[in-house]
Amino acid sequence: MITAKGITKSFDGCLRMNGVDCEFGTGMTNLIIGKSGSGKTVMLKSLVGLYEVDSGEIMYDGRCLQKMNKYERKELHKEIGMLFQGSALFDSLTVEENVRFPLDMFTNDTYKQRSERAHFCLQRVNLDASCYKLYPTQISGGMQKRVAIARAIALNPKYLFCDEPNSGLDPVTSAVIDDLIAEITKENGITTIINTHDMNSVMTLGEHIVFIDNGVKCWEGTRDEILTAQNERLELFLAPAKRARFGN
Amino acid sequence: MTVIVDLFVRREIGKVVYRMLITNWIEQLGKYFHFLGMAFSKPDKWRISGRRLLTELDTLGVGSLGIVSIISLFVGAVMTIQSALNLDNPFIPKYMCAYVAREAILLEFSATIVCLILAGKVGSNIASEIGTMRITEQIDALDIMGVNSVSYLAAPKIMAMVIGVPILVMYSIGIAMIGGWLSGIMTGLLSTEDFVQGIHFSFKPFYIIYSLIKATFFGFFISSIAAYCGYYAKGSSLEVGRASTRAVVASSITILTFNVLITQIL
Repeated sequence: MITAKGITKSFDGCLRMNGVDCEFGTGMTNLIIGKSGSGKTVMLKSLVGLYEVDSGEIMYDGRCLQKMNKYERKELHKEIGMLFQGSALFDSLTVEENVRFPLDMFTNDTYKQRSERAHFCLQRVNLDASCYKLYPTQISGGMQKRVAIARAIALNPKYLFCDEPNSGLDPVTSAVIDDLIAEITKENGITTIINTHDMNSVMTLGEHIVFIDNGVKCWEGTRDEILTAQNERLELFLAPAKRARFGN
Repeated sequence: MTVIVDLFVRREIGKVVYRMLITNWIEQLGKYFHFLGMAFSKPDKWRISGRRLLTELDTLGVGSLGIVSIISLFVGAVMTIQSALNLDNPFIPKYMCAYVAREAILLEFSATIVCLILAGKVGSNIASEIGTMRITEQIDALDIMGVNSVSYLAAPKIMAMVIGVPILVMYSIGIAMIGGWLSGIMTGLLSTEDFVQGIHFSFKPFYIIYSLIKATFFGFFISSIAAYCGYYAKGSSLEVGRASTRAVVASSITILTFNVLITQIL
């Protein structure tokens, strides 16, 4: 479980996150939703420690991120997998090398064992073996996302963070990625946190949803509650999606 | 009265600008040393760092052989021709032209000018590579995995340049000498005997060590400043270009400044 207690973050005096409190449960897909510029990515990057928060605490199963020293943080990061908005695959490495990278860095397994694990992860995300020797620029955006998921799960993480996993993808591929994240979360009992503004993802994955607007948590609930929630800001955010789904 | 107010305002503005420049410079210097501290902390895997060092030696060192060869060959040729034309005096022996060219190549051209060229070629390459990794979140991905991104990315490049630049400088000296000899015999300004006598005349082996010391320092500055500029790039792809420019300008100025200091010390 990941708990955020009153986290605040500002950039050059501009407040981007203001006293956000929330809990993200283990073995479930937690969603952070909100319009563009609402502070979702700042929140996600603060949760993983890429941004230092100005105040507040982030707890990983009772371990406070802010009180950890450099080595404890490094150990924690080995338990974290992250899927970035642009996939963030290493351009100079092949697909297989990208997935094997965390294994090369942090395990003492033999080359054969590391390769087997990398192949297992790539098969898990349904990537064809013919792509293993290609470079990230030689494969499609959807495939890149799948490779990024494979890399994120290579070390069997306890926590999985996904920053807009569907950005730039067509609806069919988006659904495939959503299903994949949900399956991996259930299979491995991972605490998964996903940043999204895609309502299809919200309705598919949203076991626990946190709605953020202007850096403030405005609403929290499940996908069953979201369409009937009585919250002015949330209703404004959902209005276009509701119109598309149910008409005027 | 207006003049007094004007002077007062200008002085105040001057103070603010001065404070901003100095504060910014000290802040950047502090960040640079912190960056170096992170770069030379214990690597996560020695084996991987070693492999990366070999790759960087190939990319940055071997990859620069072409440009170093061409520039050294032509500059060596021009220096010999210029020396021969300017020392055209019956009281000055012919071999002095080769001697003058050798001294210029050994002391300044191969160490300083080649490093300035490398600052442009290799410096911009390092800054744009690391800068692109920064804006495409590849560095964030390394940090999230628990990898020391500075040590992983910058240390092999810095080590490769510290090892590679002195070798390139020695190579450049050799090629420049060949260029000088070729131009001498092809233009008929110098014979092979004169050229060989000239490059042997009053030769001090310390000049080679002097060149190597300068090359080692310059290699370090080129790579570390470029890596620093790339690592702290933020924003869009435009910023990668700016980081490359900053890297080339800053490393060129550092090379020229330290050239004076090292020359004075040695």
